[in-house]
Amino acid sequence: MLLSMNWIEDFVDLSGLDKLELIHKLSLSTAEVENEIFFKGADLSGVVVAEIVSVEDHPESKKLHLLKVDAGDGKLTDVVCGAPNVRVGMKTAFAKVGAKLGEIEIAPRPLAGFESHGMCCSEAEIGISDDHSGIMDITEDVKNGTDIKDLYAIDDIVFEIDNKSLTNRPDLWSHYGFAREFAALAGRELKALECEELTQYNNLRKIDMKIEDPLCQRYSCMQVENITRSISPVNMRIRLFYCGMRGINFLADLTNYLMLEVGQPMHAFDSRKVEKIRIKRFDTPFTFQTLDGVERNIDENTLMICNDNTPVAIAGIMGGLDSEIVEDTTTLTLESATFDAVSIRKSTVRLAHRTDASMRYEKCLDPEMTTLAIGRFINLLKKYDGGAQVVSALTDEYAYKYDTVTLDFDKNFVDRYTGIEISNDTIVKTLTDLGFKVTLEGDNFSVVVPSWRATKDVTIKADIIEEITRIYGYDNFDINTTRSPLYPVRAEAVKNNEDRIKDILVKKYNLHELHSYVWAYNDEMKALGIPVEDNVRLANATNPNIETLRNSIIPTQLCQVKANTGYGTDFGVFEVGRVIKGLKEDGLCNEQKMLAVTLFSKTKEMKELYLELRDIVAVIASDLKHKTLTYKAVAPAHSYEHPVNLYAILIDGEEIGTIGILHPVVSRNIDKKANIVFAEISMSAFTEAEVAPIVYDEPSKFPSMTYDISVEIPAGVLFESLEKCWANEGKSILKGTRIVDTYDTEEIHSITVRFEFSSNERTLSSAEIQEIMDKVIANLSEIGVTLRG
Amino acid sequence: MDEKIIALKNEITDKVASAKTTAELDARRVEYLGKKGSITALLKGMKDLSVEEKKTFGAKVNELKEYATQQIDDKAQALKEQEIQKELDSMPVFDITTPANLDRGSYHPITLVQRQCETIFKSMGFAVIDYPEVVTDYECFEALNIPKHHPARDMQDTYYLQNGQLLKSHTSAAQNAILKKYGKNLIENGVPIKAIFPGRCFRNEATDACHENTFFQMEGVMVDKDISISNLIYFMKTMLSEVFRKDIKVRLRPGFFPFVEPGFELDISCLICGGEGCPSCKQSGWLELCPCGMIHPNVLREGGIDPEEYTGFAFGLGLTRLAMMKYGVKDIRDLNSGRLKVLEQFTDDE
Repeated sequence: MLLSMNWIEDFVDLSGLDKLELIHKLSLSTAEVENEIFFKGADLSGVVVAEIVSVEDHPESKKLHLLKVDAGDGKLTDVVCGAPNVRVGMKTAFAKVGAKLGEIEIAPRPLAGFESHGMCCSEAEIGISDDHSGIMDITEDVKNGTDIKDLYAIDDIVFEIDNKSLTNRPDLWSHYGFAREFAALAGRELKALECEELTQYNNLRKIDMKIEDPLCQRYSCMQVENITRSISPVNMRIRLFYCGMRGINFLADLTNYLMLEVGQPMHAFDSRKVEKIRIKRFDTPFTFQTLDGVERNIDENTLMICNDNTPVAIAGIMGGLDSEIVEDTTTLTLESATFDAVSIRKSTVRLAHRTDASMRYEKCLDPEMTTLAIGRFINLLKKYDGGAQVVSALTDEYAYKYDTVTLDFDKNFVDRYTGIEISNDTIVKTLTDLGFKVTLEGDNFSVVVPSWRATKDVTIKADIIEEITRIYGYDNFDINTTRSPLYPVRAEAVKNNEDRIKDILVKKYNLHELHSYVWAYNDEMKALGIPVEDNVRLANATNPNIETLRNSIIPTQLCQVKANTGYGTDFGVFEVGRVIKGLKEDGLCNEQKMLAVTLFSKTKEMKELYLELRDIVAVIASDLKHKTLTYKAVAPAHSYEHPVNLYAILIDGEEIGTIGILHPVVSRNIDKKANIVFAEISMSAFTEAEVAPIVYDEPSKFPSMTYDISVEIPAGVLFESLEKCWANEGKSILKGTRIVDTYDTEEIHSITVRFEFSSNERTLSSAEIQEIMDKVIANLSEIGVTLRG
Repeated sequence: MDEKIIALKNEITDKVASAKTTAELDARRVEYLGKKGSITALLKGMKDLSVEEKKTFGAKVNELKEYATQQIDDKAQALKEQEIQKELDSMPVFDITTPANLDRGSYHPITLVQRQCETIFKSMGFAVIDYPEVVTDYECFEALNIPKHHPARDMQDTYYLQNGQLLKSHTSAAQNAILKKYGKNLIENGVPIKAIFPGRCFRNEATDACHENTFFQMEGVMVDKDISISNLIYFMKTMLSEVFRKDIKVRLRPGFFPFVEPGFELDISCLICGGEGCPSCKQSGWLELCPCGMIHPNVLREGGIDPEEYTGFAFGLGLTRLAMMKYGVKDIRDLNSGRLKVLEQFTDDE
């Protein structure tokens, strides 16, 4: 919303104050002021009122005229002018030689063979309207040579308020509302609006009007006749233009002017079309043509203003074409009403039609304002059109009245909330300036909220704190830490695990952390040959590519891997993110936090890459839980999983995730030459696994001994079967085993295992070790594992 | 016999001097001083001599033995020095100025900024909370004093799910759960509620360089007796100064959010121009960063906390925006792109 400083100063005297400083203060205390401030008229000088004394056609141009103008400087000036509306005796805005109009500086210049010593200007050229159809026609009786800025209020400071910052302030959708804020900020007095005393018309007839629907809170109307003026005063038009509205005609301009001045939307009907005003909804939908010529679908929830049973306006949104003021309108009916804010907002959404009026109604306007606005309207109407006559009594139905809000609190409440000292005097003055009625007894305040703040904005004590502190100024606050006692805070386990896992993946394995979206990417996944699996969907996605939530991170991660195939021959990525695994029994989403890892390689064999990923998973379990993982072969559950080497990952026998190789169909779509493996682990399942304590094993003083055996392993026998062969042998002295060599050919798979023995009590003998190893070897041979020669 | 000694002495002198390596010298030591060496052989040939001769000859042999030992030890020392020198001389110069191999992984920039914020708040006794992305209407709106048809719901274009739940549109959706979780300890033991909850938020809107439908915020709440606006400003200023590692100027402006009263928009002095005005801050010198405010009494009440007895503040810091500001990321879409060329740069941060 654009605001004119001149307009605001109609209601509060800000003379002697730095206006820019005040506007800045407004931004910090009331509502967000957009950065750009417009200094209207600042780039305009040297434009005066001049009279056209003679008009001659240009000998060669049909459009141009040769004028002599009297600019009040005692001589006639030759001007070449292309405007169609030039006429002798016309007074216009004349830019003399040396005048400035924005970037342009007027200089004598030849135009189609004649010298022109200045320029006759359109309203658009001097920046007071968008009318450039002809030069300005000045009707005021002023002396030639009068500076145009002395005639009209062209100089002004105009600034814009971010509408979003006014959602909770129905009172601030007007200049008068902002004038009140300026008055409070500057400590100056707010002037009362000059209004017509409407009671004087009480003896005139009432209008036939009835509210038939509770969605209308108040309806006030009045009839006026004999309006002859059709064009608004220039200063009024300038203000409207500066505030972003186009001048239409005097009546329309005046209703707009009222809306910008006091915030009350008003509407003028042709009285012939509204002889019996009824406010109601209709049971059946119909179409209705609004005054912008658009046919709109009206349903049973939309409140309408009607002439008996004929709709004439959509309440609070827009009037109808049929009841609009026209050429031969003699009597008009002025509407000033308030409606239920939620209803207006919903209607606006249904009609997809937001207007300056509905924008205000949505904010819960103060019903007290309807009659005040009519009084102000009549005051201005009579001021600018002396012949206008009121022909009805004020007809007013006040169906819904907000309760008066009174808030009681004490000084201590303010102190607690602010944490600083604000004196009782300051509190009283601030609230009084803002229109609150304050009673102070000792340290106890009782505050009556003014009607324009009481519709929803100020309802509780905490709201009063805002009023006090924003005017006090947050920049003036002392900044203090709290005096709360200290207590230990333990990190959430899942968060702790997540952080440490990320460190391992980044620091030890050089993986890159990615973020992907929480929904499946239909298009990208389709390109990879991964169907989007059925899952919970978004109900209102506007983008068809993102309708289904993901049940695993792997597919979205694979889409990202695809996008990175040109990045390098080898890379690994991970994400700790959330997935939705369908619905739980209670109907809520089964949301889980997962760790997903994908490794991509064009240089490593599949086995190497796969075991590298296995190592990564194993290190995470070993580091965080001091535990060894186990694996259970599973059947593919998703189309992107290779059926071979697909394992469930288990910790303490509980499944926590999956590790596998990418299905060749998908793999080929990503990169034909690359090997790709993936793993996904549930963070909550992993976090739930207990941490095994670190058991300190004091290094033995006696020498340890090792014993290597090289064995040939038949196809299908897993290492874990080998482990069972020594699990129960040499228990007290067999400290560990590790694979020190592997030897593979087409035919055989062979490994060398090193056994380490040691005792804390004695030096071990070769014989006792040999005895243990003989048993191990015997056990191995039972499962077909033989010593290699 | 004396000739033999003289001849042997000369031989030892020559051969030891001509030894070129430690190995060669060791062979000489064996040749002369070993059990079967030449000097030992001399002693063996003494058996035919008289006692007097034995005495004289023996002394001379011992003298020779000492001489040989000395010669060999000296030579050994010299050879060792030579070899060390040779080893020193033979070391090539490595070019330490070649580019180092810095291959390593990377954190998502949001993780880095999030960790910085978490560290700061943890140091001030705040708990870090993990919270779901899918929440109920109650958590996201009702419990936050945003009833149905409240205009504030228009401000947030929410993704609703088929089952009636929604993707949380702000981290404030965790407030109610936090108040309930820690409220008991506050009321019974006087332990203030101090928690932050970083998390992903979603808004149903078109994306461009400045807008994302998925972004991170970090919510913070503190509730105790007598928590004030003054405290709020302190915590915000302290945290932001820590994040940016310099004194950050903050200012509050009134802002309307239904779950706080009073509510504020918090601006920080522009990091690019320091407040002078530049294109980044649209010449204002300030950057809008973080909505915050005193927790609305209805929100406290809904969380089981009596607003007459307790007050608190809450803030919702835009982590995504913070990361973009801190690292100069221009296009917000890069963050969820998964593009390694972009993300590999964020190896780690303080």
